[in-house]
Amino acid sequence: MRLITVSGPPSSGKTSVIVKTLEELRKENLTCGVVKFDCLSTQDQLIYHDKKIPVKIGLSGSLCPDHFYVSNVEAAVKWAQDNAFDYLITESAGLCNRCSPHIKKVLAVCVIDNLSGVNTPKKIGPMLKSADIVVITKGDIVSQAEREVFAFRVRQVNPRGKIIQFNGVTGQGSFYLKKAFSEADPLVSLEGATLRFTMPGALCSYCLGERIIGYDRQIGVSKLMDFNES
Amino acid sequence: MIHTLLQLPIGTLLERYPWVEDFFSAHEIESAQWRESSFRELCQSLDDAFFLDIASSPGQFSDDFTLFIQEMISLEEGDANTIHSMRILPGLNKCQEPEAQEVLLKQGQVTAIVGPTGSGKSRLLEDIECLAQADTLTKRKILVNDAVPSDDTRFSNSGRLIAQLSQNMNFVMDLSAHDFLIMHAESRMASNIESLAEAIYKKANELAGEQFSITTPITQLSGGQSRALMIADTALLSRAPIILIDEIENAGVDKTKALELFVDNNKIVLIATHDPLLALSTDQRIVIRNGGIAKIITTTKAEKKKLVTLRRLDAHLMRLRNKLRLGDVIAE
Repeated sequence: MRLITVSGPPSSGKTSVIVKTLEELRKENLTCGVVKFDCLSTQDQLIYHDKKIPVKIGLSGSLCPDHFYVSNVEAAVKWAQDNAFDYLITESAGLCNRCSPHIKKVLAVCVIDNLSGVNTPKKIGPMLKSADIVVITKGDIVSQAEREVFAFRVRQVNPRGKIIQFNGVTGQGSFYLKKAFSEADPLVSLEGATLRFTMPGALCSYCLGERIIGYDRQIGVSKLMDFNES
Repeated sequence: MIHTLLQLPIGTLLERYPWVEDFFSAHEIESAQWRESSFRELCQSLDDAFFLDIASSPGQFSDDFTLFIQEMISLEEGDANTIHSMRILPGLNKCQEPEAQEVLLKQGQVTAIVGPTGSGKSRLLEDIECLAQADTLTKRKILVNDAVPSDDTRFSNSGRLIAQLSQNMNFVMDLSAHDFLIMHAESRMASNIESLAEAIYKKANELAGEQFSITTPITQLSGGQSRALMIADTALLSRAPIILIDEIENAGVDKTKALELFVDNNKIVLIATHDPLLALSTDQRIVIRNGGIAKIITTTKAEKKKLVTLRRLDAHLMRLRNKLRLGDVIAE
């Protein structure tokens, strides 16, 4: 079984990229499952159901979505192994741009779209910087120049990663991404595996449900801005 | 070379490669404070918290830095991929019948793709864009310089080999025409950025029906103006030697001048079109029927003669359009 972590900002086209690529894999009679991690709600299971792709949805609700992801990813692997899938894809949105679900020695894919603006690659952080493959979507609706500048900016923050231009509507690029998936190392177990990047540290009163604003309400780890700084 | 990069004072590096600043700013390092130090010394001065924060180590961070410089230098030199020819080997049409013949496209040549709506013109452009190797619906194969392109050329390099222009494309950046051109030129690691931007802007205005100012935000350009800017920018600044154009005739740009611009810059151009003037301005045209290439016609002498009449008609239409735009009444 091969595990692939797919991340990317909301609405960047992760689901389309995954569906199109899995369709390529299924042409070779390989079985694939998807675990979609999200915060409050998602309708993506309908898309996967429609394509008859087995899917599990995990909603983090009031918890930090990436902490939630890391506490559940091992069980997700077990689910895939129990079902004898050839591939397990985890899909998660990097909601605060600080997080990254990527694990050492597990193929890491980041999906970003041309519409998100040329400064986005710098803003996204480890989810993009530590990815092995950067999939760039929505290239068909922006100008050639913007596409070139965007890819250049991605290159700047992640000189190691492989860039794949992907058209989520026609599936262009899925063949190559499928090939990259199949070259990933098979996974036996995630036990003891290491995240590529630390999760954001937070343990304060607000984590535990505090709602009132005020200095004396802040207990635990917090960070204060300096407004007198010139 | 790698060792010297890490040992040179950062100030010297910045003078040699001004774009190195992007690496520092991406990691929120004030390069001005480190001008006298080498990158290695910088690494030694950064604390553990810094490396923990970026999930890196001094060694890996140095590797990233040299890799970044190498990558950027390769972009600077990157026009090595000269394409002399592209060959389209026959695939299948919608009825699974083999296509009529193969097509050879040469540098500096413009080829039109004609056929009814829905016949498969865009499909052919898509096959070329991904340099299909019998792995798309049509089973066509595309050879570049008479060789099968590597997977890296096909997918990773996208945009370096093939540029595209279509009616669906829009500018989305919140920038003036000037700043936009500068940004694109910078990403191409061009050396004469200001004059290049100026030249493209001038050319775009020549192509566009109405003039626009270089300070106009690109998102506010009219349909014709933005198409004109895209054409001039793609012809003069894109590194891609192959240009695919999908129906730009309705944009109100000077079509003949636009085509000349591409030919002058020695590109391989394919243009899907319904416009007789555009179709006959090319060297040859591919006729698509039922999803497949039905035949290839080299533009005949008689057709080239007809072009004179067509140009006159087009100019006449342009004049009428301008009159109407200016609020005049058509007399005759």
